[in-house]
Amino acid sequence: VAVMAAPVESSGWFPALAIAVSLLKCLFINAYHSTDFEVHRNWLAITHSLPISRWYYENTSEWTLDYPPLFAWFEYGLSQAAVHFDRGMLVVENLNYASPATILFQRLSVVFADLVFIYAVKECCTTVREEKAAKDLLRRPCFVLAVLLLWNFGLFIVDHIHFQYNGFLFGFLLLSVARHLQARHLEGALWFSIVLNLKHINLYVAPAYGIYLLRCFCFTQDNTDGSLRWRSFSPVRLVSLGAVVLSVTAASFGPFVAMGQLPQVLSRLFPFKRGLCHAYWAPNFWALYNVLDKALSMLGVRLGLLDVAGLPKASMTGGLVQEFQHAVLPSVSPPTALLCTLLAMLPALWCVWRRPCGGRGFLRCLVQCALASFMFSWHVHEKAVLLAVLPLSILAVESRRDAGIFLMLATTGHYSLFPLLFTPAEFPIKVLLMLLFTIYSFSALRNLFSGEGSLLHPLEALYLLGLVAVEVLCEVVFPLSPWQQTLPFVPLLVTSVYCALGVSYSFVRLYVSLLTQEVTEKTKRL
Amino acid sequence: METCTLVSMSILLGVLVRWGVSFNSYSGAGKPPMFGDYEAQRHWQEVTYNLPIQEWYFNTTDNDLNYWGLDYPPLTAFHSLLCAHVAKLINPEWVKLLGSRGYESPAHKLFMRATVLAADLLVYIPAVVLYCCYLTNGSTNKKVGTLLCILLYPGLILIDYGHFQYNGLSLGLTLWGVLGLGLGWDALGSLAFSLALNYKQMELYHALPFFCYLLGKCARQGLTGRGLFSLVKIAVTVLVTFALCWLPFLSDPEQALQVLRRIFPVARGLFEDKVANAWCSLNVLIKIRSILSSDSQFYLSFAVTLLAITPSSLKLLKTPTFWQFKLALVNSSLAFFLFSYQVHEKSILLAALPVCLLLNDLPLVAIYFLQVSTFSMLPLLLKDGLLMPYAVTSLAFLVLSTHLLSALERCTEAQLRLEGYRRLAAWLPAWLPRLDLARIIRRKRWFPPSTLQMPVPGTFPNIRPCQLAVKHRGQ
Repeated sequence: VAVMAAPVESSGWFPALAIAVSLLKCLFINAYHSTDFEVHRNWLAITHSLPISRWYYENTSEWTLDYPPLFAWFEYGLSQAAVHFDRGMLVVENLNYASPATILFQRLSVVFADLVFIYAVKECCTTVREEKAAKDLLRRPCFVLAVLLLWNFGLFIVDHIHFQYNGFLFGFLLLSVARHLQARHLEGALWFSIVLNLKHINLYVAPAYGIYLLRCFCFTQDNTDGSLRWRSFSPVRLVSLGAVVLSVTAASFGPFVAMGQLPQVLSRLFPFKRGLCHAYWAPNFWALYNVLDKALSMLGVRLGLLDVAGLPKASMTGGLVQEFQHAVLPSVSPPTALLCTLLAMLPALWCVWRRPCGGRGFLRCLVQCALASFMFSWHVHEKAVLLAVLPLSILAVESRRDAGIFLMLATTGHYSLFPLLFTPAEFPIKVLLMLLFTIYSFSALRNLFSGEGSLLHPLEALYLLGLVAVEVLCEVVFPLSPWQQTLPFVPLLVTSVYCALGVSYSFVRLYVSLLTQEVTEKTKRL
Repeated sequence: METCTLVSMSILLGVLVRWGVSFNSYSGAGKPPMFGDYEAQRHWQEVTYNLPIQEWYFNTTDNDLNYWGLDYPPLTAFHSLLCAHVAKLINPEWVKLLGSRGYESPAHKLFMRATVLAADLLVYIPAVVLYCCYLTNGSTNKKVGTLLCILLYPGLILIDYGHFQYNGLSLGLTLWGVLGLGLGWDALGSLAFSLALNYKQMELYHALPFFCYLLGKCARQGLTGRGLFSLVKIAVTVLVTFALCWLPFLSDPEQALQVLRRIFPVARGLFEDKVANAWCSLNVLIKIRSILSSDSQFYLSFAVTLLAITPSSLKLLKTPTFWQFKLALVNSSLAFFLFSYQVHEKSILLAALPVCLLLNDLPLVAIYFLQVSTFSMLPLLLKDGLLMPYAVTSLAFLVLSTHLLSALERCTEAQLRLEGYRRLAAWLPAWLPRLDLARIIRRKRWFPPSTLQMPVPGTFPNIRPCQLAVKHRGQ
């Protein structure tokens, strides 16, 4: 959004950005919404109409409550306001109830819940380091960060069209990150415990928090060479940290533990009956693994090495969420996926343990953990890429290398969200918004680091241009081709695999930058 | 940031907002038997595709003029024909003769909305971009700010993408005309404006300033030399354009007359529904519609309109500058809106376009008028179920324009260009109270938010356009 070259002191730009994006969100109230809309309506109904003891047992609707209890309390609070809009939505039996008042209420609730996100972005902007105060507002890192976060394409599409409450949740996460960057660790831990109890996907980044807080908060001092001073362990701090985390968890899970429902709640939260991949494969390592397996099996059949009848019948690309087995490569089970994830996170955690480098080191570790979990976890949703993209924005406005990685990851990750909006009426929205965000992010980051060389390698730029080709192929050419009837899953497959390449590349590059930073630190010391 | 990045982002945002508004309802949605403007446009596609040209404007068994008969000039008909050809490729049901009356479906709505967007992308938006880049003063940021504000003007978006019309085409062509005149390409400018006139006859509201400016410019160049040559060139351009547009109807004088009868329906009365103009407001106090006969109403409105537009046109003839031309456009369209015959509330858009062109020079007044103009259409928008998009786009326009154009900081008397008013006031007798117009205008900035809470239909917003007309005549 262009702002006039106002004096640097004018702070009206942040409210203007926030109001503008909120109003834009209100414009899409009548757009397509996914089944997640019904999911949340159902949860409103469950928490409002039923006693607490029934919340995690209720299964009239297929969309059972599978978020932690604190989110159920949030839905309960919302339902108190919902009463004034349309009582019909609070009846559990009203499956797929979507009156205009219901749609209005739910959409507005997401917009209002985003106030948390807006506040968190404001706090993050205050932590951004500015080397020289630029005269032009458009060139200031805090302005660029505000736009990259408030107008983030992925968040906009997933929250305000597809329908979810990610803005609300990311608000707490970014707030906790901001507090850690401001060295207010206890408060940061509080916000993180809250968001962990709101959506357990944040377990992905819990190891980063755990290791960092242990290292930098519980051990109060470092030796002169930066290594850990074991003697400076502070039990008081550990206990206070534990108290914060436990009290939040107790407030959330307490009633259910008291009723002895903990196993039921946990089984709802961690449903491992679902397959390795979602119906639409998230662009992670397992997508590449599946494709390799499929390719090898087809090759094997072609070369006569494999028997067609011996191959597993269940098709991974049938669009159904189910358990299946790989044909050629070893099958993957949940514990295997967990092990891979932990192994992928280990180097980052080790780096932060050995040499924390302050808040920014923690942020880097957080992004690594989020991306590692995205790459190797069981049943990952493509929306989980936002867990890595949003915190990376903060690093992107401060370092040229991170800006390059951000452009790669954000563009690829955002493009991988395209299949979420498959209706023709929403096609212009996703294209326009994607163009808007991509043009801005490229242009603004290039301006921030002008004079330090280009942000992207030519091959990387070529890959990103390839995304346009993939889009044209999948949404324009393919539907008009004869294979639309016989192989309907091909566009999803192509999108998923192509994006998986980009995401994996960003993952590797982030690690390389982390480890080379380690090496340069070491050589500096020598 | 580079200009082209900022410009492309502004365009993307403008198109995004338009498409967002298009998700809402349109006029006459689900309301048989007559439906609304959306059905009218669909019906015109049906008529122009299936019937020969000679029957388009005539009452026949296949073409019932009482059911949304064509009442725009031929270019609208040709545009509908073009859309009908595309519609036929996608789904012939949409333009089936007599069988597609009242056809409504999500796919059809998508198609119709897409035609509006296509027209905007081809005509209106490029004109706005070129105008802001080449004919506005100030830094790049200021130009892009103006561009964004013009693109986000709520009135046009809500009528075109909500209610459903093709005002973007006619206003876009007019803007191309203004652009041509501003850049010194008089012949091309007149060509564009002639096309606009042939698209919607309401563009006559803008005709007199175009005429006076071109005539004045030619007179400046010397009526016996280059001036005469330019005049002839422009006249030939206009005549050829009209001839080409009306070509199918010129073979038979009865055809041409029938078209004229359809596009100028003088039998309909001084005004219809509630519209924020002088006659409707006057009707509240004096029932003018019942006092005067239909003919006298026509002559009265003609006389008052003429009276209102004469001063600015004469001034423009004398000093044909671009600034004077823009002011005359505002004055003329507002005068027609306030005093003319059979004015629809949507005609305020014809006044809004020239005011958009003044956003850069008189931001506060322009923003105020644009807000009020959108508000004056609120009863129509409420009828179409467009309250939410109205609230969102109006608020967004208000916030963004005040912020981007620093409207509230540029309010001294000199910046508001009120010297003319002061000179006029000096002539008044000493005992009459002198209104500090500058202070009143500054205080008015608080009005737009409050008007959102008072949906008083029609009559209330009339006063402000009147004041604006007075102000511009004084310059």
